[in-house]
Amino acid sequence: MPGGWELSAGDWQIIGLSLKVSAVAMAATLPPAFALAYLLARKDFFGKSLVDALVHLPLVLPPVVTGWMLLLAFGQNGPIGGWLQSAFGVSVLFRWTGAAIAAGVMALPLMVRAIRLSIEGVDRRLEGAARSLGAGAWRTFATITLPLSLPGVLAALVLGFARSMGEFGATITFVSNIPGETETLPIAIYSALQVPGGEGAVVRLAAIAVALSLAALILSERLARRGGGGRRAHGL
Amino acid sequence: MAFDVAISRTVGDTRIALSFVVDGGLTVLFGPSGAGKTSVLNMVAGLMTPTRGHVRVDGETLFDARAGIDMVPNRRRLGYVFQDGRLFPHRRVRANLLYGHRLAAPGDRWITPDEVIAFLGIGHLLDRWPRSLSGGEAQRVAIGRALLSGARALLMDEPLTSLDAARRDEIMTVIEGIRDELRLPILYVTHDVAEAERLATQRIFVGG
Repeated sequence: MPGGWELSAGDWQIIGLSLKVSAVAMAATLPPAFALAYLLARKDFFGKSLVDALVHLPLVLPPVVTGWMLLLAFGQNGPIGGWLQSAFGVSVLFRWTGAAIAAGVMALPLMVRAIRLSIEGVDRRLEGAARSLGAGAWRTFATITLPLSLPGVLAALVLGFARSMGEFGATITFVSNIPGETETLPIAIYSALQVPGGEGAVVRLAAIAVALSLAALILSERLARRGGGGRRAHGL
Repeated sequence: MAFDVAISRTVGDTRIALSFVVDGGLTVLFGPSGAGKTSVLNMVAGLMTPTRGHVRVDGETLFDARAGIDMVPNRRRLGYVFQDGRLFPHRRVRANLLYGHRLAAPGDRWITPDEVIAFLGIGHLLDRWPRSLSGGEAQRVAIGRALLSGARALLMDEPLTSLDAARRDEIMTVIEGIRDELRLPILYVTHDVAEAERLATQRIFVGG
């Protein structure tokens, strides 16, 4: 029965697309997010506060502006879009890949913050101990710094994933609303609201959004708490 | 000559300038708090860079400001036992002990894990997490970890500070064993007179 609680094929497509967009966004954003977090947590360099501000920009800008800037950058004549077109013959405009880019950019500040906090929480004296035991800089990073900041990385992934699932403004500005291609969960809810008699679909999709977001919040809270315990060095 | 050290550097408001040459045995660096004793150990270990001078261990130059030599800490083969143990909290005792042993060149491994475990009496702790150890147990594991890393000398930074009297006595016996049986040169920082009296082969006064 349309309008009931049964999910339609269209609903499943929307959920599947949202999950795909968010998963790809996370996979692509995690490495730069970790690198930025490490840089901001550990290094002092010229222009650090500018980098910090740029990372946080998507958090405070109207999402429409972020979407518009992505449109400029990835458009046919944009610096990145033009290069993608000439080098690979691909465009991310009006494609789900573009939606993943928008989701990743919007999630980046949240992820960098979470990872940065957990790197700052790693006891640097443990790294000194590892060096004195014969571990080089890279091995120290891989065996001490990374595992001890892992709970923060996982929390960042969960938070970023949830943020991506909810991404609306930048996505609709950047890649529009194309069913089956860029129509993610929030965009589908918005368009159902515009259609007379779409309330049933709105309720169903909104319930899914609430459930997914709650699950993500609880999970990230648990990870953060477990991390707090694991990071404590032994106090004699 | 086990240690041939001549270093200077300013840390915060403290000017540290020290030079000494000692053969084996246990050399106590003593002096008031804040004189920079720990900084001296850190400079020998390579965790802090002196502005001037040199550090030589067993005739090998680890640092020489004039010659531009500054060996990275992980190649110096100096076992560092810290005041607070600094066991890796995400690894069990066994993995902590073997951390440096696995990284050491086979030729540098002069003692086996079984020997170290027997010497320190820590066989029953191997599967425990550092968090669950008492202060004395953790310090034994930290000493074992340093010995197993193929160290040719030990640096010990007030390793007894946070222990009660009974544990202090136990660990001092262990340290005497390292000094007399294993015959490893030790550079030992303390401001405790009784500790210095009992353990020192020779003493170096640091700053103030």
